[in-house]
Amino acid sequence: MPATLFEKVWDLHTVRTLPNGQTQLFIGLHLIHEVTTPQAFDMLRARGLGVRYPDRTFATVDHIVPTRDQRRPFGDLMAEDMLSALERNTKAAGVPLFDLHSGAQGIVHVIGPELGLTQPGMTIACGDSHTSTHGAFGAVAFGIGTSQVRDVLASQCLAMDPSKVRRINVSGRLTPGVYAKDVILEIIRRLGVNGGVGYAYEYAGDAVDRMTMDERMTICNMSIEGGARVGYVNPDQTTVDYLRGKKYAPQGEEFDKAAAWWLSLASDPDAHYDDVVDIDASVIRPCVTWGINPGQSVFVDERLPAPADVVSGERASIAEALEFMGFDEGQPIKGTRIDVAFVGSCTNARLSDLREAAKIVRGHHVAPNVQALVVPGSQAVRAAAEREGLDRVFTEAGFEWRGAGCSMCLAMNQDKLEGRQVCASSSNRNFKGRQGSPTGRTLLMSPAMVAAAAVAGEIVDVREFTQHGD
Amino acid sequence: MAIERITRITGRGLPLRGNDIDTDRIIPARFLKSISFEGLETHLFEDDIAQAREQKAGHPLVEPAYERATILVVNRNFGCGSSREHAPQAIRRRGVRAVVGESFSEIFFGNSVALGMPCVTGAAADVARLQSTIEQAPDVEITIDLEAGQLQCGPSTGSGPSRAQSRDGDWRMAITLPAAARESFLDGSWDATGLLLDRFEEVEATKQRLPYVTGWR
Repeated sequence: MPATLFEKVWDLHTVRTLPNGQTQLFIGLHLIHEVTTPQAFDMLRARGLGVRYPDRTFATVDHIVPTRDQRRPFGDLMAEDMLSALERNTKAAGVPLFDLHSGAQGIVHVIGPELGLTQPGMTIACGDSHTSTHGAFGAVAFGIGTSQVRDVLASQCLAMDPSKVRRINVSGRLTPGVYAKDVILEIIRRLGVNGGVGYAYEYAGDAVDRMTMDERMTICNMSIEGGARVGYVNPDQTTVDYLRGKKYAPQGEEFDKAAAWWLSLASDPDAHYDDVVDIDASVIRPCVTWGINPGQSVFVDERLPAPADVVSGERASIAEALEFMGFDEGQPIKGTRIDVAFVGSCTNARLSDLREAAKIVRGHHVAPNVQALVVPGSQAVRAAAEREGLDRVFTEAGFEWRGAGCSMCLAMNQDKLEGRQVCASSSNRNFKGRQGSPTGRTLLMSPAMVAAAAVAGEIVDVREFTQHGD
Repeated sequence: MAIERITRITGRGLPLRGNDIDTDRIIPARFLKSISFEGLETHLFEDDIAQAREQKAGHPLVEPAYERATILVVNRNFGCGSSREHAPQAIRRRGVRAVVGESFSEIFFGNSVALGMPCVTGAAADVARLQSTIEQAPDVEITIDLEAGQLQCGPSTGSGPSRAQSRDGDWRMAITLPAAARESFLDGSWDATGLLLDRFEEVEATKQRLPYVTGWR
């Protein structure tokens, strides 16, 4: 029977069918962090249970990490409490923790792949909705809540229903200045923020085939913003090449056997899909969100919609978003003044993202009254960027060069918007209050677009951005 | 864990209008900075409530008429965004025992199952009618019958003026719940830990057939 990758991986990890009809699914890799686990460990203790497979569990600290002063104890005592709890819990359970001294700490969805923990064919769970990122490798990866973290710690299993699979064919060449971030924002705009509920998204087509692993991760990362809990790309030679030599990847002869197995997991050509959607990559232009969910975006040369333009069911949402953002219907997005520029997050803080942003800022300076910061996705990304001198490119241009963590994507550390500030952000969510100020405003875009906005002090089209000094 | 079967939930409603209400709005991230879930309910929708106050508008979460409500009534794609269980925890700790809506995000739905808080869906028109009915008569009694797949609205329970204001008497609407979730509420297996540990030799056998565990032998 021809099958999709999703079906192959699901079947391989099925322990049994539970009395209620759900699948008892084995979780091959459980990633944990400080925010969604302390209560899970408490629940385990209350029930007299332990961590069943500490060897299939890995921890890091990312959400609450200060990006400037990382001396312990942290100035923020609640953050200190959370990291201390993680240290105690992982030590007691024998779970490896990539802490601030490890050189391998970072956003959980950045370090899993760069350490080679994330591999094709695995089921991967983490108490974080952006776990879909790992699907870029052909894993079935999804976010879970704290009670489910408890279940995985206790049993390495979850009670789950399988998803339907929607294939999204992205074909044609991206034009210069258009990135993976623009592709996924366009997919979400087209299919809606709830269009993926009940589905796993399989991203395919020649445009995806040509993408690097970093780009595929950006796409899979935001699957959940389109409602899809799982997003994946079939493993190919790009996947295999990325994993070769990674610390936790198989080595030597074992690697070749692993690679052959990984490639065999790709969806069969005649596999059945519950839905198929075609996207033309060549017509996508740089995207910018203008509203309060990631589906509310326009191309940078477009104008904001008016409530009257859309079907009646959507009018209230558009009106609410325009009011919150303080924008007028029909206004161009270009020229929107910004106060803060943030290059970071599990969506766009890998080395290639920093390189693209650096290309734009080189020889320029951040506009007056704009605070600009770069928060690398991991300590390894930060170190690699410094070896290339990217830190100097950013600091000479007036950017702040910070330590690795989630930072201003969700503002659980000191990095927060203030008041009504507008932030050009390479992160994944523009929800009300997301970046730490209840009334703060977020415009999502690619790292290159963030860099250009930082320099111009307003939203500009990165394709028209002239590089002085060239 | 004692097994608790959930078949019927009766109580007053709390209408909360709006599509795509994300978990950051339900419980802003700054309140996740704690190693326990205790007290989360005091911050439920805190920023939305503050902004409503600034605009001299009300918010159903602080409306005295809904203080004793136990059934939250929402619209489309409720609970989207972050997987934080803090969101359904805060709602549950506020006293809500079930949520009725047009649709839910998958992760929010699953987290709510694990807390024994059913999220049932109904047709958009029925949900809107339910919200209007409650707004007119906050003391109207609502009964969710998971077994029958039905929600009964009315009659209103109080003797105050709101009874007279209810222009929409007794009525019923169909509600749905995925079969597995429905089953787990009815048989009390919504807390899955015990079930997952039940036949552990099968878990170990599954693990031992995974190529990445055995070293691709």
